[in-house]
Amino acid sequence: MTGRTEAIMARKGEIMRRALGMDYAEFERSPIAFDYEAMMAAHGYSLDDIVAIQAAVGVGSTPLLELRNLTDLVRSYAEPGHGARIFVKDEAANMAGSFKDRRASMSIHVAREKGYAGVIAATSGNYGAAVASQAARASLACIICQEAFDSTHLGQPEIIEKARICEAFGAEVVQMTVGPELFAHMLELLDETGYFAASLYSSFGVSGIETLGWELATEMRERTGAPPTHVVITHAGGGNTTGTARGLKRAGATETQIVSASVDLSGLHMASDTDFNRKSFTTGHTGFGVPFATWPDRADVPRNAARSLRYMDRYLTVSQGEVFYVTEALAKLEGLERGPAGNTAMAAAMSLARDLPRDATVVVQETEYTGAGKHHWAQLNFARERGVEVRAGDPRQNVPGKSIVIPERPEQIRATEMDLGRMRRSYVRNALAHAPDGYEPTPEDIAFLAEDTNSTPEAVEGIVAGLRAGA
Amino acid sequence: MSADRCRTGQWVEVERVLLEPADRAANLPEETAGKPLLVWVKGFALGETAPGDECEVETMTGRIVRGRLSDPDPAYTHTFGAQPTEIAAVGRDLRARLAAWRAAAAGGPGDPKAGE
Repeated sequence: MTGRTEAIMARKGEIMRRALGMDYAEFERSPIAFDYEAMMAAHGYSLDDIVAIQAAVGVGSTPLLELRNLTDLVRSYAEPGHGARIFVKDEAANMAGSFKDRRASMSIHVAREKGYAGVIAATSGNYGAAVASQAARASLACIICQEAFDSTHLGQPEIIEKARICEAFGAEVVQMTVGPELFAHMLELLDETGYFAASLYSSFGVSGIETLGWELATEMRERTGAPPTHVVITHAGGGNTTGTARGLKRAGATETQIVSASVDLSGLHMASDTDFNRKSFTTGHTGFGVPFATWPDRADVPRNAARSLRYMDRYLTVSQGEVFYVTEALAKLEGLERGPAGNTAMAAAMSLARDLPRDATVVVQETEYTGAGKHHWAQLNFARERGVEVRAGDPRQNVPGKSIVIPERPEQIRATEMDLGRMRRSYVRNALAHAPDGYEPTPEDIAFLAEDTNSTPEAVEGIVAGLRAGA
Repeated sequence: MSADRCRTGQWVEVERVLLEPADRAANLPEETAGKPLLVWVKGFALGETAPGDECEVETMTGRIVRGRLSDPDPAYTHTFGAQPTEIAAVGRDLRARLAAWRAAAAGGPGDPKAGE
């Protein structure tokens, strides 16, 4: 690492404190534990406040649609009496085309309230469009840092489209080649400009998603008389799972099963210059989903507000080919042409609904906009040009980075269950590894780890003992 | 002067090397570690410059960035492309299947699950 990178990283705490306008140190309880709920509440906005803030800027109250054709399609091959009702929250109807507007609206509101002249976010995804759009409405300057290209200046059509839409909303887009040093450059830009860090992982942003869970629980009650039995959530950094689940709980939907879903990209290295363009999903995949669930504090804020293991009851993975197939099916059967990444949960929902009784209700809680570049045709053509084999067949034969196998029949869509026990173990291992050498977890630490993994103190003690025995 | 030179005030893209390979983060995969970290930024050119030459731009937020003129006329050309053969029949086949199943469920012949 250069002196320059080291110098800026050494000032990370100071820069982020100024750029977030809050000091995370007050929530720390020990080298392992911190007061999560105090951090989430520190901004002082109630759920009603957030609903009002979002309504004023054109965010939220998106349509909840029942997908009767997709439901009947699943029932046509489910076991008798099976095939849950499938619904979708059409989040593409938000201002900039995705649920990310809910996150961005809160970050931009806070930035404006605190008097910042502009905002900066590091994202190659829909969040950039959302921040740029909300910043435009709030008359704030905006810089979006994107990991956009491989070293030959070749970029995913989806990411190129995100750059375009950010520029369309008046943002400056800083595009970089592959590498984690993007974070250091973002710090340099925060330091240079004095702008607000519109982090995906701040409590402001994640609180903004709570309205989504609250809305869908309330709407399902009106529609069916009860909250949904299952909500399926496309999962990457964990904010979507965390915010939606918290909103469901606030709406009293405590029995609703939280099912996270990611595209399986196992085997592809997220910092690899060559793997970068061999994946057809730039978000909603296991390359973010697993590392962020098992160590959320790898984020660009001192403590990540997105802590998905706290909330997920199940974690399903699907293949790229299955999601592309479902994206096509959704357009043709339901008249909903939406972006492929947002349909990750839709593919998992079709698999889930097949195994549930007919009176169960499954809500897919987002869609995203689509268009040139950010479309399943564009992604499949790009993959093929990169030498990835695209063919019809059994999606079980899909190999990330090598082949995309499009199902021939909907029965072939089968999500894979991730082992949450293993992920909890991995989280506890990471938490211990980030504490100083020789640090002994206190009972308070054990209680924190149990909460943070949706587990029990006894289970965490068992994991700790097992890790010590294996060390 | 060559027509390729950008005019002062023209919207252009510049490229610069942020980190040389030797200065990159530890623990990167080999194929990444061996490459410089590059950055591209767009802005209004602060002087006439030939492609490949150093110049300064003023970005949309008013920052001044120095780099090599990589594109004097940046464009977006991303598309949908051809319809992939593998998905061309998905809509037709699923609609037909749904219609047949509904007909059978309504009492028509042929589907063992009719009347569920």
